[in-house]
Amino acid sequence: MHKASAITSDDVIKIAKLANLRVPDTQVQKFADQFTQTVDVVNQLNEIDTQGIPETYQVNNLVNMSREDIADTSRTFTQEQALSQAKRTHEGFFVVPRVIDSSEEL
Amino acid sequence: MKELHTLSIDEVHDGLKSGEFTCTQLVQHFLNRIEKYNPKLNIYLSLNPHVLEEAALVDKEISEKGINRPLLGIPVAVKDNFLIPGMPTTASSHILEGFMPQYESTVTKKLKQAGAVILGKTNMDAFAHGSSTETSDYGPTLNPWNPEHLPGGSSGGSAAAIAAQLATVSIGSETAGSIRQPSAWCGTTGFKPTYGRVSRYGVVAMGSSLDSPGPIGRSVRDCALVTNVISGQDQYDATTSPKEVEEYTKDLGKDTLKGMKIALIKEYLLPDLRQDVKEAMLNAANKLRELGAVVDEVSLMDPKYAIGVYTVIQRSEVSSNLARYDGIRFGHERDRFNDENKRRIMLGTYTLSAGYYDAYYKKAQAVRTKIINELDKIFKNYDACIGLVSPGPALKVGASKNQPMFGEMEDVLVEQSSIAGLTSTGVPCGFVDGLPLGLQITCAQFNEAKALSIADCYQRNTNFQLFPNLEENL
Repeated sequence: MHKASAITSDDVIKIAKLANLRVPDTQVQKFADQFTQTVDVVNQLNEIDTQGIPETYQVNNLVNMSREDIADTSRTFTQEQALSQAKRTHEGFFVVPRVIDSSEEL
Repeated sequence: MKELHTLSIDEVHDGLKSGEFTCTQLVQHFLNRIEKYNPKLNIYLSLNPHVLEEAALVDKEISEKGINRPLLGIPVAVKDNFLIPGMPTTASSHILEGFMPQYESTVTKKLKQAGAVILGKTNMDAFAHGSSTETSDYGPTLNPWNPEHLPGGSSGGSAAAIAAQLATVSIGSETAGSIRQPSAWCGTTGFKPTYGRVSRYGVVAMGSSLDSPGPIGRSVRDCALVTNVISGQDQYDATTSPKEVEEYTKDLGKDTLKGMKIALIKEYLLPDLRQDVKEAMLNAANKLRELGAVVDEVSLMDPKYAIGVYTVIQRSEVSSNLARYDGIRFGHERDRFNDENKRRIMLGTYTLSAGYYDAYYKKAQAVRTKIINELDKIFKNYDACIGLVSPGPALKVGASKNQPMFGEMEDVLVEQSSIAGLTSTGVPCGFVDGLPLGLQITCAQFNEAKALSIADCYQRNTNFQLFPNLEENL
């Protein structure tokens, strides 16, 4: 069982990094307080005994809906369409941020 | 002659058929109203630039072939989280500003195939994160009954479009309450189909195990006519059901509810409900009895636990779904998420992270099973469950500010049905302080026809299908 817990500023900084979000220093404590409030409500679930109860991840009981392994050309994009909404492209490719040798900041 | 904005789908078809008016006139009439009232209410975010050309094509088709498509010439407003090529899709978030979709949602494709004319895209909570339309990055939509109040959300623009009579029908989407709650607050009829009955393909995702697109309309019948068109298995959404689509209008128009057993959920009569709100609920139960149904008070798990379950599942799924917004292939950088978006993404990241997954995510999914089991037990003996949609009428503008759990608290009475993927109709059931209240009629999965039939009988035998006088209110 999970005990009631406060979410700290350090937690918020760690979560923000995992979520690839930047939280301004001035907002860290606000988020920590709000998360603590939310987790408090969620922790009420511990009042319910779920011993031996399976989890429901999917509500209409469909399993492995498959189709023939054939490309559906009616919904493939041309290169031009695929790139049409990208802010930065280079010679027909997406430009992505550098992820190797990047600073700790990222 | 009735004014064009007050017509039901059937009445529009009658008028188009008899030549009383053309689709072009109808569309122009709505455009005039939108021009007049939209600046005050902030309902539409964008309009279809080709709508008059499309209306002219409809008029040509009718003159040549008559009306042979189910929604031919019907003006529809669509929530701004459905992708439509040629029109921007923002999901009311600055991160998608300027985004022009390269493909079309199955729902809008089906609407177009059925002949509907799309007027424009409606405001919503940004990424559907809310129950007020106040988290929209484009400002809140205001309630047509009283512009000091919120329309509810997240499909607030789509509900307000019907209340303000700026479209004949509209499309919304519901994760937990986002069709029924704004419908209740705006006094419109909203319908949530079973999870997997209507395709999610091309809808900006929020909680993928919960999201259910559906109609908002002037009446249950209009909602049923739209549901006929948008339902069905879709090869592009593997969670859509192969079950055959019923004719959802088949059980409408009944004069009696004889033989129906209805469970009034005792726990939905929250201890802090306002007396007049509680009375409206009990009057609705009595009306159903008067119409021939047996209505019993039945107990279900305290809805407060559904808040916890919904919060964890929804935020976890939000965290995963919104990871795709990287500003590389489309949209802008993640800095453009608003605080509500960030809160939801981060809390979901937390509940899915190492060390907390079992305590939160698995625990919530197990309680979800318990809620489903309790509902299943009720549906063994009863045709439907009823309760209020929202514990009160529309709250004032500003009410959701700095309330990290606003949506979850406002949707406390509809979360169980959403978590279980059920189908539910929301119909107006009274007024307090000049603001409408909504009744939910919830049935077991794939009992759409029943949920619509009971609501239709109730609606035709009550006088709550009303529309605000905008000239007086604005």
